[in-house]
Amino acid sequence: MTSSHIQSVDSVILIADDSDFDRLLLKSILKEQGHQVVEAVDGLDAVAVFDRERPQIVLLDALMPNMDGFEAARRIKLLAGEDLVPIIFLTSLQDAGSLARCLDAGGDDFLSKPYNPVILQAKINAFVRMSEMHKTMRDQRDEIASHNAHLLHQQNVAKKVFDRVAHAGCLDASNIQFTLSPAAVFNGDILLAGVSPTGNMTMLLGDFTGHGLDAAIGAMPLAEVFYSMLKKGFSLRDIIREINLKLCDILPVEIFCCAFFAEFDFNNNRVQVWNGGLPDCLIYSALDNTITRLPSRNVPLGIVPLVNLKDSIELHEVKEGDRLYAWSDGIIEAGNSDGEMFSEARLLKLFEGGGPKLDLFPTINAAVVDFIGEGTAGDDISLIEVTVVAPESFKVAIAETEGELSGGPDDWSLTYNLRREAIREFDPLPQLLQVLMQVPYLRQFGGQVFTVLSELYSNAVDHGILRLDSAIKNTPGGFSQYYRQRKRGLAALQEEEILIKLHYGGTATGGTLEITVKDSGAGFNYLTGAGQPISDSHKSGRGMHLVRSLCDSVNYLGVGNEVCAIFVWGNHKPRNPAIERVQ
Amino acid sequence: MSITSTTSTDGSELTIAIEGRFDFSSHQTFRQAYEDLTEKPDMYSVDMNAASYLDSSALGMLLLLRDFAGGDSANISILNCNDDVRKILAISNFEQLFTIK
Repeated sequence: MTSSHIQSVDSVILIADDSDFDRLLLKSILKEQGHQVVEAVDGLDAVAVFDRERPQIVLLDALMPNMDGFEAARRIKLLAGEDLVPIIFLTSLQDAGSLARCLDAGGDDFLSKPYNPVILQAKINAFVRMSEMHKTMRDQRDEIASHNAHLLHQQNVAKKVFDRVAHAGCLDASNIQFTLSPAAVFNGDILLAGVSPTGNMTMLLGDFTGHGLDAAIGAMPLAEVFYSMLKKGFSLRDIIREINLKLCDILPVEIFCCAFFAEFDFNNNRVQVWNGGLPDCLIYSALDNTITRLPSRNVPLGIVPLVNLKDSIELHEVKEGDRLYAWSDGIIEAGNSDGEMFSEARLLKLFEGGGPKLDLFPTINAAVVDFIGEGTAGDDISLIEVTVVAPESFKVAIAETEGELSGGPDDWSLTYNLRREAIREFDPLPQLLQVLMQVPYLRQFGGQVFTVLSELYSNAVDHGILRLDSAIKNTPGGFSQYYRQRKRGLAALQEEEILIKLHYGGTATGGTLEITVKDSGAGFNYLTGAGQPISDSHKSGRGMHLVRSLCDSVNYLGVGNEVCAIFVWGNHKPRNPAIERVQ
Repeated sequence: MSITSTTSTDGSELTIAIEGRFDFSSHQTFRQAYEDLTEKPDMYSVDMNAASYLDSSALGMLLLLRDFAGGDSANISILNCNDDVRKILAISNFEQLFTIK
């Protein structure tokens, strides 16, 4: 805008008039005022000269031969396209109708003959200002459009990377249905699901403050931490703690993440949940038509670094066919054209009289879409449904590990000794699993090895040291009672210890992994007259059954405080040293 | 939406009153209400009496105020919440971070 004065002096002005005298008169006034002038002798000529010279302002006589000023004005406006080219009609006509016709034809103003140089100058200056303002606005618009295109391009690239990180999991499993509808290219909501080495499935629904890029910025580290820790077998508690610390570390104060976690143990029909800042999620049991609410009991992630996670993870018993629903506030706050919200009440009503046959997921989706109609959803609408299935029907493809040149040492062992604090606070399994997964041959059996390790270790803690009775778990609400007892026991630990020994021997064609877990407890009488371990139900139930099915042999040793499981793969002939020792 | 702030005569307490929707559009005004003071008050009150709604970025703004006022040692009360506002604060368990009256 600072250059407006200079440009107004430089303005090229077209004068179209069939009267040579009038043209000359006008030209001399304009030249005197510092403008450049191009001339045309009739309407047709005016259009041609305009097209060639592109003047900034056009002065048109209304009545001219060949083509009158009205038609010329229409054609010039057409040629000018997006440029604002002011057209001022020169006319000796005085009646209102004729003057109005000048403006109707696309003229911006009119100037009556004879010309008054002062008014002429004032009008031209005004139009020069107007066309410069128009040009500035158009330049700014183009700049904004180009910035926006650039931003969208960047977001699309970022989204590709983000989608690869965020959707590396098992969201495509057959028991999961979900909707994520972005309010912007980048969604403030994030949905992750993955499988741990034990076969447990963990899902996370997160809703970052705001929308778009600022909301999605924290999603990348969140997804990284989630998947890498899940893969290594860390517990839900450790994963939540780590993600929370990470987000506290990197996010600005005002950005945080409302999140819901659920870990499904399909083997034992239980689910652990943690809700920090999302609306009540729920478990719907179609069989007995009950709804268990899973309300937020925690501050969202990324606000307070140190949170008490021990008491905030809830354990729920579930059965096959039960369905868990998690959603962000977008679905509840989705507004219709009257400004009404979809609301939790409408959402819960959909569950009434559902029955096992009703497929609720599409019903909920349809109800929301139906409700918002022409209105726009103010937030990101995210919804996930996970159905509890039998463990054998929960199948997800786990990526094969690429081949490696070396299989590492083919015979080694390690001993791991855990004492009071370590048993109470620390989960040794991820570390051990990481060591084992360094052996390429073992990687494909990671899940099975982890299951064996974790069952033997939790038996040593729960039954060996803490002397808990599994039978409690079979009573209604027994799980929570069991875990209360477990917590009390852990707090009272004194000199107890647990020893884990791994002995690996293997080659590319096969091998054995011997896992020995010994606790400082009193053991139990595992021998009957026939020398066989007594019924597992005494000690551990389903868990040991699973271990037996995975291992070549499982044997109790000593006074029953030591157990040795031998995992065999490939064409290796088991050595079974444990059995030799026992017999 | 409008935000007004008043300081007690001895300058020890700042009250920020929110009117209407408390969302991202109030970002600048809300920050100015406490950042521009020459002397830092000991106590802060956010009066929600006339607030109709808050969104997650409003929660973020409250966290910014908390951070400004000393983080864990901040003394901030949120007053006169209607049911909707109270519910939004409750879902995020903000009673662990602020005094909600």
